[in-house]
Amino acid sequence: MARGSSWQTMTVATSRYVVAYGVLILLSGVFLLPLLWMLSVSVQDVEGVFAQPFRWIPEQPRWENFREAVTMFPFGRYLANTTIITFSVVLLTLLSSSLVAYGFSRMRFRGRNLLFALCLSTMMLPGQVTMIPLYVAFARLGWVDTWYPLIVPALFGSPFYIFLLRQFFLTIPREYDEAAVLDGAGKLRIYWSIILHLARPALATVALFSFVGTWNDFFGPLIYINTPEKATLTLGLQMLKSQIVGTGTVQWHILMAASLLVMLPNVVVFFLAQKHFVKGLQMGGLRG
Amino acid sequence: MTHPFRTRLKRDVAGYAFIAPWLIGFVLLTAGPMAVSVYLSGTSWTMLSPPVPVGLANYETILVEDELFVTSLQNTLYYVAFSVPLCLVTSLILAIMLHQRLRGISVFRTIFFLPSITNMVAVSMLWLWVFNPEFGLLNALLELVGIEGPLWLQSETWAKPSLIIMSLWGVGGTMIVFLAALQGIPQELYEAADLDGAGRFRRLIHITLPMISPAMLFNLIIGVIGSFQVFTQAFVMTGTAQPGSEGGPNNATLFVVLYLYKKAFQEFRMGYASALAWILFFLILAVTLVQMRLSKRWVHYEAGER
Repeated sequence: MARGSSWQTMTVATSRYVVAYGVLILLSGVFLLPLLWMLSVSVQDVEGVFAQPFRWIPEQPRWENFREAVTMFPFGRYLANTTIITFSVVLLTLLSSSLVAYGFSRMRFRGRNLLFALCLSTMMLPGQVTMIPLYVAFARLGWVDTWYPLIVPALFGSPFYIFLLRQFFLTIPREYDEAAVLDGAGKLRIYWSIILHLARPALATVALFSFVGTWNDFFGPLIYINTPEKATLTLGLQMLKSQIVGTGTVQWHILMAASLLVMLPNVVVFFLAQKHFVKGLQMGGLRG
Repeated sequence: MTHPFRTRLKRDVAGYAFIAPWLIGFVLLTAGPMAVSVYLSGTSWTMLSPPVPVGLANYETILVEDELFVTSLQNTLYYVAFSVPLCLVTSLILAIMLHQRLRGISVFRTIFFLPSITNMVAVSMLWLWVFNPEFGLLNALLELVGIEGPLWLQSETWAKPSLIIMSLWGVGGTMIVFLAALQGIPQELYEAADLDGAGRFRRLIHITLPMISPAMLFNLIIGVIGSFQVFTQAFVMTGTAQPGSEGGPNNATLFVVLYLYKKAFQEFRMGYASALAWILFFLILAVTLVQMRLSKRWVHYEAGER
């Protein structure tokens, strides 16, 4: 009797596990299939791409496709460009947003709450509204076809990151600040050597978001960069596609190989810092 | 008398010094450009000669005569109306699946989340080929079950659904927000429901959904705002190699932001494009306010939360 019931609960539990895993594996398959197929196409030869029926695993994987892809468009150049732009933006964003967040969370001054509300409300403004005047202004400055329009705005912080950092700074006990004051530290000193130090997890989250946003940015490079040598990976990939489609000989295996290479840094960064992504999204989602 | 005044002033100066980066940025990158945009939207300007004031003519033309704008608006509303609810439901189902105590659950979370942070241009290349009518993955799979697939992006009817299907692949971020909300539900609620003999379905309807309704509202609003601004996929995946052909076939994927981009950066009609931007802004604002209003009927905030 006792054995029977425990056996029964076991089968119920087991069948629930089987169903749960079954559904999860099925859904994962749906999500992964396009990526696996992309990988497969990227190592086919031209005949393989158009073969009917399609062979998922080619007899001779053509890894040269990746080498061809990086020679068909200046991949190294674009990678370097994107890296320089992204790292500048991330660094400036961290610095400026944390300074402002410190001001909003640790300093008392007249108009603070009003200004903070204003800061938050600008998050709602769609970029299209300011895009044209900014383009015109940058054009007047002679900055079109330079990286300045992509980097310089990071000097001024970003409302969403200011918000995230402020929320985190508020959780840091004031006792740390007070102890530092007793040691004769000024506000800047407290900001630099205490708050920034203790807020490293939040800074990591902001760095990640800023990294992904800048690395993936397409609209900015699209409207500001004209010279191919100055392009970023996203813009370069789009130009490669136009070039390939334009010539009529659609070399999909090369385009897929190139796209995979462009995706790769995101995937690497994601695996290095998965925790921070999830935490950051939760912070933004729950408190926003 | 002067002492408290001076310390207060000093405090103000120090505070403003810290927020100066944002404050300067607000004037230079937001408030200033907004004012200029209002001005430009009342002019005719192609950047070659000085702007010519035309009053409200741009707005009038857009709203009364411009058939392409009407098309782009219809396309955008279609996209928002289907993509947002489908994405919400999909991401909620995924989040509920992930909210189980199972070995290796983080592997599945990674798989569902990964596509959402990959590069949209590269993702668009992938899906461009997935949707290829002859050699694409989708029609190959459909053929396996005996269905002859449509022309997808090359078909006026199926181009928008194609982009909507693709948007489902990027629900990872929304899913994580739901997952966090699910994890925040106190376990006692479920235990109490168990004592009452509530089944799984009733627990979902009476506990889970009300408890995550704030996250639902957040995802809904962010989703609608984002979908109204759909651009990259349409720009990269549609049209031929010629610049200006984006948004095809026969303008089936001409969304408002794509139309705005073409006016501004292909035709350089900056006044007209500015007016378009403001119309888009008020549209998004109105829809968001309506959602906030309606949310009072279905979003439950726990008493005592914050």
